[in-house]
Amino acid sequence: MKALILVGGYGTRLRPLTLSKPKPLVEFCNKPMMLHQVEALVKAGVTHVILAVSYRAELLEKAMRKQEDKLGIKITVSIEETPLGTAGPLALARELLTTDSDPFFVLNSDVICDFPFEEMLEFHRGHGRQGTIVVTKVEEPSKYGVVIYNGESGKIQEFVEKPTEFVSNKINAGLYIFSPQMLDRIELKPTSLEKEVFPHMAKEEDLYAFDLKGFWMDIGQPKDFLTGMGMFLKAIQQKNGAKLCHGPSIVGNVLVDPTAKIGADCRIGPNVTIGPGVVIDDGVCIKRSVILQDAHIRSHAWLHSCIIGWRSTVGQWARMEGVTVLGEDVEIKDELFVNGVKVLPHKSVTVSVPLPEIIM
Amino acid sequence: MRPLKAIILIGGRQKGTRFRPLSLELPKPLFPVAGFPMIYHHIEACSKVPGLREILLIGNYQPSESIRQFINNTQREFKIQVRYLQEYTGLGTAGGIYHFRDQILAGNPEAFFVLNGDICGDLPLAEMYSFHVERSDGSQMTLLGAEATMQESLNYGCLVENAATHHVVHYVEKPSTFVSTKINCGAYICSPAILRDIAAVRRHHQDENFSGVNGDGSLRSIESISLERDVFPELASLDKLLVFYTEGFWSQIKSPGSTLYANRHYLKLYHKTHPNRLVKNGDGQATIIGDVYIHPTAEVHPSATIGPNVSIAQGVTVSPGVRIRESIILDNATLQDHCCILYSIVGWNSVVGPWSRVEGTPCDPNPNKPFAKLQSMPLFNNAGKLNPSITILGSDVQVPGEVIVLNSIVLPHKDLAGSFRNQIIL
Repeated sequence: MKALILVGGYGTRLRPLTLSKPKPLVEFCNKPMMLHQVEALVKAGVTHVILAVSYRAELLEKAMRKQEDKLGIKITVSIEETPLGTAGPLALARELLTTDSDPFFVLNSDVICDFPFEEMLEFHRGHGRQGTIVVTKVEEPSKYGVVIYNGESGKIQEFVEKPTEFVSNKINAGLYIFSPQMLDRIELKPTSLEKEVFPHMAKEEDLYAFDLKGFWMDIGQPKDFLTGMGMFLKAIQQKNGAKLCHGPSIVGNVLVDPTAKIGADCRIGPNVTIGPGVVIDDGVCIKRSVILQDAHIRSHAWLHSCIIGWRSTVGQWARMEGVTVLGEDVEIKDELFVNGVKVLPHKSVTVSVPLPEIIM
Repeated sequence: MRPLKAIILIGGRQKGTRFRPLSLELPKPLFPVAGFPMIYHHIEACSKVPGLREILLIGNYQPSESIRQFINNTQREFKIQVRYLQEYTGLGTAGGIYHFRDQILAGNPEAFFVLNGDICGDLPLAEMYSFHVERSDGSQMTLLGAEATMQESLNYGCLVENAATHHVVHYVEKPSTFVSTKINCGAYICSPAILRDIAAVRRHHQDENFSGVNGDGSLRSIESISLERDVFPELASLDKLLVFYTEGFWSQIKSPGSTLYANRHYLKLYHKTHPNRLVKNGDGQATIIGDVYIHPTAEVHPSATIGPNVSIAQGVTVSPGVRIRESIILDNATLQDHCCILYSIVGWNSVVGPWSRVEGTPCDPNPNKPFAKLQSMPLFNNAGKLNPSITILGSDVQVPGEVIVLNSIVLPHKDLAGSFRNQIIL
């Protein structure tokens, strides 16, 4: 079986992290974002993954070469000359997707959940039509396009963009499975799956909704990246709590790479991920944050809702909060207060930044 | 030789409101700077002047235990007579002196110092006295002067001097347009005859049925006489006012922010006057950076880092991993693990929770301007927003763990529920 992952452009919403690495390689819970999806696909029997990318990313291709060997699958990077939206890349990869008559998966690369690929396949084969889209429940459906479908059969009736009154709380989760005939609906030009393809498929009764159980998050921007991390750690805790870190200085769900070092008198958690080679000195408090590889958090610092980039240093008694994101190799000097700030790579911050700002 | 005396004008309750909330608990002149009450430093400076036997505190605070105890302690420590003379109402800087003239003249002093309670500095009292003896014919008064910038001079008493004779030829208190960059420091030495000039000003007021206005525009009583507004302009016209300049450290202490500036300078002065009051780094002790005063009864954990320019009062507890910089920590405050205190005053018995941050904005003089003085900013700016200032926790304030209190003033006995920024918390 095959799968196509819609990677798209530069991942600008996740800058400054994506200035140093293509988005699929940014680690989410200590594993490249892409790999969460690819590994789950492999488990469901996928042997060929196509990454639809609208820019040339050598780092990404190199990383994928490595994964090919490791996972024993084929990974193709399909590069768009001009961005083709969410449907165009399917047309571009048509030949790769039609080597057999099996259905194929299509995934939005920013989505994280407990991927139900096997159940999706079963459901898709069960209704026998051209497409299945995964739907998930959200609290505020008015921010999204909602899906209206038959609760028993799953057959989709219509899509309503940003509803003003309650019609449904189920939204498109960005995970699909399609039969190859569906490709006849798409031309090789910038096209939107959601707006231009799905409504027609629904009208022709060719589209079914599969209800997702458990958590779901679009982690394409820092705020949601942190929220998604919390959900993911909770899911790990429920499935295999031993994978999480435990100890006197650990509070709640905390994931720590075995090569990271944590000093004395710290309070880490809840909802913290600490990457490989990270050093946390004594007396540090970290909550709801991600510390990426080889970062150094010095004594008595306090971090809440932060993403600390690779090889960055946070000074003693620094206070950082409010979805602050440090790019790669950033230095925050001692005793500073940094709130809601995005710091581009290789910067040294020497004065407090109490209000949200971008530091170039 | 006839004795010398000193008068320290300590004001009263209705004064020092700019110093709230700190003056809600304690008369402002007793607020500790570099570990000791503001006027303790004055008394210490007076005690070093040969022949100075008695210090009179004049003000209209109700006599209180804190004043009584302060007087007892300083009398004992400096072996000098200290008395508090309470005015029945605020009589102004000259009115109080006039009212208590008999007490001042008792013992026939040769001269007496007058020091405003709300100034701080390395006051050159002995030099002022020598200058006064040399230049004065026994009917005059010498004021301590300093240089300020043009703009800042408007906040002070400004004087014009005859450079050859050091006579003040013109004096204006807080002029609205520029007069001179020479300003009055609020420290004087007077020959007893000066009391006759104050009496003359008073008579003149009464004859004219005078009702003057205070600096803030409010009416003041006939009894109230101001040295700066009523007496100095008169003395200047009579050639009875001399000026002696200092280039040493000097500042007013009007707002709480200026206490941190005064704190820093008094600590620096300790290198010369009391090196033993400054903490040194040692094995098994907290890390000390720069000038730090810690009261012997304070408990400071060895993993804390303190300084520069920090004063820690008696009974304070500093827990592991605490950081304090440019701050005053008052009696019996508790700073819990890993908290960070920057440019702040932590009030009596207050508690700061673990990993919390209490931070203010310094209001130091512009370092790029020669003669720049500390500016006491108004609480609010023209846009009606709070001017960023040091953070002050009044007495018995509870700051929970992991919050930030930034550029805020917290009134006494508050339990904060979360973080606060740029706010006055009633």
